Amino acid sequence: MSQTVTPASVPEAAEPVRIAVVSAKTTVVLAVLTLALAAAVGLAAQSGDTSFRLAVPTDVVRLPTVSVPSTATAWIVVVLMAVATAESLRRYLARRPTPLWLVALFAVVGLVGFLAWAAAGGTIPVIGLLAGSLLLAVPLVFGALGGVLGERVGVVNIAIDGQLLLGAFAAAVVASLTGSAWVGVVAAMAAGALVALVLGVFAIRYFVDQVIVGVVLNVLIVGVTSFLFSQVLTENTESLNTPPRLSAVAVPLLGDIPVVGPILFRQSPLVYLLYMTVAVVTYALYRTKWGLRVRAVGEHPKAADTVGIDVIRTRFTTILIAGAVAGAGGAFYTLVSVPAFNREMTGGAGYIALAAVIFGKWDPIRSTLAALLFGFASNLQGVLSVLGSPVPSQFMLMLPYVVTIFAVAGLVGRSRPPAAAGLPYRKG
Amino acid sequence: MTLTPQASPAPEQEEAPRTPADGQWHHVMRTVTSGNALVGVLAVVLAVLVGSILILATDAQVRETAGFLTARPGDFLAASRDAIGGAYGALFRGSIYNTRAADFQTGIRPLTETLKFAGPLIAAGLGVGLAFRTGMFNIGGRGQMLLAGGAAGWVGINLDAPRLVQLPVAVLAGMLAAALWAGLAGVLKARTGAHEVIVTIMLNYVAFYLLFYALSSQSILQAPGTVNPKSLPMDQNAVLPKVLGDRFNLHAGFLLALVAVAAVWWLLNRSALGYRFRAVGENPHAARTAGIDVGRTYVVAMLIAGGLVGLAGVNQVLGTVPSGVSTDLDAGIGFDAITVALLGRSNPLGILGAGLLFGAFKAGGFAMQASEGIPVDIVLVIQSLIVLFIAAPPLVRALFRLPTQEAK
Repeated sequence: MSQTVTPASVPEAAEPVRIAVVSAKTTVVLAVLTLALAAAVGLAAQSGDTSFRLAVPTDVVRLPTVSVPSTATAWIVVVLMAVATAESLRRYLARRPTPLWLVALFAVVGLVGFLAWAAAGGTIPVIGLLAGSLLLAVPLVFGALGGVLGERVGVVNIAIDGQLLLGAFAAAVVASLTGSAWVGVVAAMAAGALVALVLGVFAIRYFVDQVIVGVVLNVLIVGVTSFLFSQVLTENTESLNTPPRLSAVAVPLLGDIPVVGPILFRQSPLVYLLYMTVAVVTYALYRTKWGLRVRAVGEHPKAADTVGIDVIRTRFTTILIAGAVAGAGGAFYTLVSVPAFNREMTGGAGYIALAAVIFGKWDPIRSTLAALLFGFASNLQGVLSVLGSPVPSQFMLMLPYVVTIFAVAGLVGRSRPPAAAGLPYRKG
Repeated sequence: MTLTPQASPAPEQEEAPRTPADGQWHHVMRTVTSGNALVGVLAVVLAVLVGSILILATDAQVRETAGFLTARPGDFLAASRDAIGGAYGALFRGSIYNTRAADFQTGIRPLTETLKFAGPLIAAGLGVGLAFRTGMFNIGGRGQMLLAGGAAGWVGINLDAPRLVQLPVAVLAGMLAAALWAGLAGVLKARTGAHEVIVTIMLNYVAFYLLFYALSSQSILQAPGTVNPKSLPMDQNAVLPKVLGDRFNLHAGFLLALVAVAAVWWLLNRSALGYRFRAVGENPHAARTAGIDVGRTYVVAMLIAGGLVGLAGVNQVLGTVPSGVSTDLDAGIGFDAITVALLGRSNPLGILGAGLLFGAFKAGGFAMQASEGIPVDIVLVIQSLIVLFIAAPPLVRALFRLPTQEAK
């Protein structure tokens, strides 16, 4: 069955005019999600109003809190979702793909409806929800950017989790020793680059399978940091594991914009560093000579070599930069989130970042958005578990992961990595 | 991602014809030093060396004596010897044979503990390795083990039947649950192209919350009258029997893992299905051209892989920890299995050896922590270094100045 179910890969010989073959996947997923919300609202109808709070107490201009009747709103949303699904179906029947804006609109409207239903009788702090999501996404975005850079130059980086963890460790120790959080961030970047260097030596110099090196490095770093934590840090907590924090700083003017300000511009300086990194990585990858070389090496190293690009050196320098980027994300754990290192404190975030890389199709912007989505999901869990909801909390908690599976299966589909990702390059 | 974790097994071909000047001995030396077995041994030596350095660098006694190293080098050396000897002595006594035991039965107990820990590592390693061979990366071991434990536990508590029925049904229920869970990732990959890495990671979380829900619901798994997310202990009829009598913890789960090794070996090397697995793993496009249904192969491979990982979950719930199902029943084995499969080069016999080695580290690590106060995490460091060095023969050769393998 496999050959026939993937229409995207089957060229239509009978109709040479129409090249793009449209898959029904997106339409099916939209329909399933619409029915799911309708079933939820129908089976467990809620009474009362749901309030969306759009301001925080410190705002200069304070928007009012919006209150809506929860069940009625949810039903309106179900109707809107059904309309969007019908539009997608119409386009599918006309052999046109579902545009991204329709999917995005569907997602936003569906989310509002879901929240209205799930948080009936309560108040959703919209600003806090979104600002917290952004904060939780910080290590994921840094990790995903590091992953994108590595894979774009042809080195699969499974060691993102290790880079985050060693970055967190280095940031905690160095910031405690020097008393400066920013020196800690630099140390975190150096730690991430160090992991990348080991990855490079094994994967590029000694041709070891990149996936093996990555997985093993993760285990190694869990072992080393936990060992040092138990042996050294716990006995010298005062001097080695009490780093200063990078507390939130409001940007003048921008921070006073209603809604947007508190979400984007009253954050930790690490978040501002994140904005810059996303912009620089995207620009460098697509608009500079260096980026062109990186992508050439990742897609076709032989051709790149032929035109005089030093493949080995390009791969080494790029993964060192990628490692530094991912390592900076590690600083989040010890300088922003909890001001102390603890064993295995990343909790597998590197693997989520890896998922964001693939979800984002190896593109910095899309991967950033995917990482933000995961951050939103994990923050939503917290907010919903505080508010309480009609379904058992465990199902609420698993929802983001289920939605991700739906999204990956229905919207992203077969993703194509850079052609040479994972392959060592042997000259000659 | 291209996945070929068999890491280019070096072709074991005979060297170029020998000249008369080459003596027989020289030939033997050359075969030994350019073979893979020596690299394996040296990799272990290197890893242990690095581990020793870590132990020394963090040992209080050693650091103290290092302060006056030039004045009294003897103290430093003695402290170092105590630290290293104590650590590895404890590791040995905890995993192979306790030389301080009064009688043989007590002395050999650590070895049986090693086998007990190795059982689930081998089973789960086979599951990850089989997926590797088919070109897929199964990071979902945790979720598959959790669901297997939940299903096997449910049968083990609630099915009121004679031993001959209840135990096999419980084992099969666990394997089936994990197989379907992993198969879901296979189906999604085959039908929609969803990347199995994302799907299996996400399914880990979903499985965790599913089991958590089951363990929080009195009507499903939660022990009656309690509030903790934990089930009743297993029915006596559903517990895997002890193999060496009640003095030892070793249970039949290890034997099931051995059967699984034989079965997977036969499957991969002797069956048509295994041939299709390997063909798809090597090159899905070529396999498709050759008429192999690649999608169905992915699904079947994930079903079997999940069943094998499920056996590890069953092993935990019905054998090692029969006191009740909990959400930490996987004990990290789902992720350890990835390293086991890599060290075993995704080859059933290799996975057997790697599982035994890691089982020994696990058993010995706890003993080392208890008697010497060295954090058990040092075991993780040594384990991962071994895999890393074994995966990089050229590096080990360069470090020990061994001759390189002759060109084909």
